[in-house]
Amino acid sequence: MLGKTANGLYWMYRYLERAENAARLIETGQRIALTRLGSSDEEWRSILQTGGMAEGYDAAHERLTKDAAINWMLRDKDNPASVMSDISAARQNARMVRAALTEEVWEALNGVYMRAQSLTQRKVSERDLPATLGAIRQGTALVRGATHGTMMRNDIYDFARIGTFLERADNTARILDVKYYVLLPSLSAVGSTVDNVQWETILSAVSGRGGFRMEYGPIADPRDISQFLILDKRMPRSLAFCTRKLRDNLGYLASSYGSRMPSMAKVGHLERTYLSHDIDAVFDFGLHEFIQKVLMLLADLGQQIEHDYRFYE
Amino acid sequence: MSNDTIFDEMLGHDQTVRGPYQQFDQWIADEDPKRLRAKQREAEELFRLTGITFNVYGRAEAEERLIPFDIIPRIISGAEWVRLSRGIEQRVRAINAFLHDIYHGQEIIKAGRIPQEMIAKNSAFEPCMIGLTPPGNIYTHIVGIDLVRTGPDQFYVLEDNARTPSGVSYMLENRETMLQMFPELFSKNRVQPVQQYPAQLLRSLQACAPSGLGRKPTVGVLTPGIFNSAYFEHAFLADEMGVELVEGHDLRVVDGRVAMRTTQGYQPIDVLYRRVDDEFLDPLNFNPESQLGVPGIMDVYRAGRITIANAPGTGIADDKAIYSYMPEIVEFYTGERPLLENVPTWRCAEPDSLAYVLDNLEELVVKEVHGSGGYGMLIGPTATKREIAAFRKKLKARPGNYIAQPTLSLSTVPIFARSGLAPRHVDLRPFVLVSPDGVQITPGGLTRVALKKGSLVVNSSQGGGTKDTWVLEA
Repeated sequence: MLGKTANGLYWMYRYLERAENAARLIETGQRIALTRLGSSDEEWRSILQTGGMAEGYDAAHERLTKDAAINWMLRDKDNPASVMSDISAARQNARMVRAALTEEVWEALNGVYMRAQSLTQRKVSERDLPATLGAIRQGTALVRGATHGTMMRNDIYDFARIGTFLERADNTARILDVKYYVLLPSLSAVGSTVDNVQWETILSAVSGRGGFRMEYGPIADPRDISQFLILDKRMPRSLAFCTRKLRDNLGYLASSYGSRMPSMAKVGHLERTYLSHDIDAVFDFGLHEFIQKVLMLLADLGQQIEHDYRFYE
Repeated sequence: MSNDTIFDEMLGHDQTVRGPYQQFDQWIADEDPKRLRAKQREAEELFRLTGITFNVYGRAEAEERLIPFDIIPRIISGAEWVRLSRGIEQRVRAINAFLHDIYHGQEIIKAGRIPQEMIAKNSAFEPCMIGLTPPGNIYTHIVGIDLVRTGPDQFYVLEDNARTPSGVSYMLENRETMLQMFPELFSKNRVQPVQQYPAQLLRSLQACAPSGLGRKPTVGVLTPGIFNSAYFEHAFLADEMGVELVEGHDLRVVDGRVAMRTTQGYQPIDVLYRRVDDEFLDPLNFNPESQLGVPGIMDVYRAGRITIANAPGTGIADDKAIYSYMPEIVEFYTGERPLLENVPTWRCAEPDSLAYVLDNLEELVVKEVHGSGGYGMLIGPTATKREIAAFRKKLKARPGNYIAQPTLSLSTVPIFARSGLAPRHVDLRPFVLVSPDGVQITPGGLTRVALKKGSLVVNSSQGGGTKDTWVLEA
């Protein structure tokens, strides 16, 4: 496989994952805005921050309003992280590697692009927002389903998965990075409304409310949430889960190519050293420092993969 | 040009349904126009979803466009096809012999059949090909011959595309679309298949690989990249052949071979089906600014360690000034009379011809010698007085830059218009593969159709559409 193709696959799936995460974040913000009394536009700042889009927003806008925030996150072309920018970038990469994709995957991706484009041609009204986000999430899920159901389990699939899980781990870590303070035991007044909302934001932003309830019961506790998002191997968006998947897929590559690359050692280090202990160890290390460290290691792993498999040179 | 001189391929000159269209005529008579209209929309939807689009140069707002597809097939009888393919094969063999000669002994010039300056002063002539024999002695591995028709038995070659002919993906996708939408038509009509093209292309390219490899040759498709107007086709062909689609920056010369950067290091390529123009092929040997090519590929080529398809310098054979000499070229190399006719052509470089052309601009089609895509041409009968006056100036300033031809009354084939079936002008580009194993012509090709009533310009860049082209079994 061409290094360029591996690169294109990796980024196609990273952007796809990113689009989904951004869409989910808007849904979360909207839900909070609708379910809280006396909520204000300022709460969207927290959502923008969670998505890493606050700085860009402030540079392009004078003040924060709900409509402008939603527009920025959903469809603004000047925002490289908007849902629409992500979907376009995913499609651009897919065009580049089209020969590596099955027809089903390409058509699913082109389909969600066409649909999303027509739905976001103009500003999306509050009334149409749920249907629009729903259609986009359904569309990206279809791409994932087609990938799962029609792609050969070869190096093409491995690079697609590596992109997916690296982006997902990064996304979960970033949400924790922005919100870590509400999970610190010392600072949280357990049970207060403020914290409940914050926790709900975190869990919804990773589609984890149902899963959390199932495993930990209906009452959220910051320690459990941290455990759930960082170490729970059953939770498909936890750092531990994503890292294991990264290790698996790098392992498949190593065995089909017949050589172990440095990225394999790096993912092993990340998993063994940071994600194999219990949550107390994480808090002892310092939650914030821990997240920072993991983010750094993930970025480093990404670069190593690009290098190992000759994405660029 | 009056209406009764125009030959309609379905209804002939006298409004009676011609042989190849008999079955189709019965079918469409029973069809509900509403259903057909829905099918036409469905076809468009299919094309969009599959992403069969092309990029229009210089139009930012319409980055990717569909080439309009018309659901009425263009039907050619088996007997007509046999005649055409004989002529095409003869012509393609002559073109290859001509290219070999031009870059070696230049016998045709010595024999006085082509003037020396036609070659020497021609920018399409590639000096670095002099004395170089490509693997298998094949120059044009892939050719598209543009044909037009003016009567039941009258075909003309309008243009030979010997560099990098495009459009074959439309031939294949148009057929796929028709099969999906109107399966019943294909059970009633015995239509010769075209789907074997990608496999034939791969085999044909492999057969042209450098000799002495001792392994199965590796083929790659070289594209200028995702923003090229024909990118879809490049990706499509690579996909269908199961080979890598590479760009210049994926390639480099390693150990005297062209190699591609894979996830496991550099691996050699033996045959490069390039969709990049000559001048961008090798920044060391041609345009030093080129980002699209592979530095040093020409040195590998000279050493006989890679096949470039088509060979550099083939443009000298499809140059519009050389075109007018094609009858002589065919005769000189095959010793036979040309089976396919050329459109009579005035070379404006010659004073007598120029005088005639200037006197008759209103009647003629004038083309730039090196132009393509329907740009920079004058169609006298439909041009305004002002356009003609402006063109006259350009022509006088640089006569050597132009050729002129009579305005042919191109045949028509019906399209499915809002009002029902309506005749529109068409041309035909069959696709030809050449290898040491022989010449293969896919029964069918790309039919381009001018969708505007009365228009003679079929180019997709100028609002033309396409049709599925059927060749019936003989």
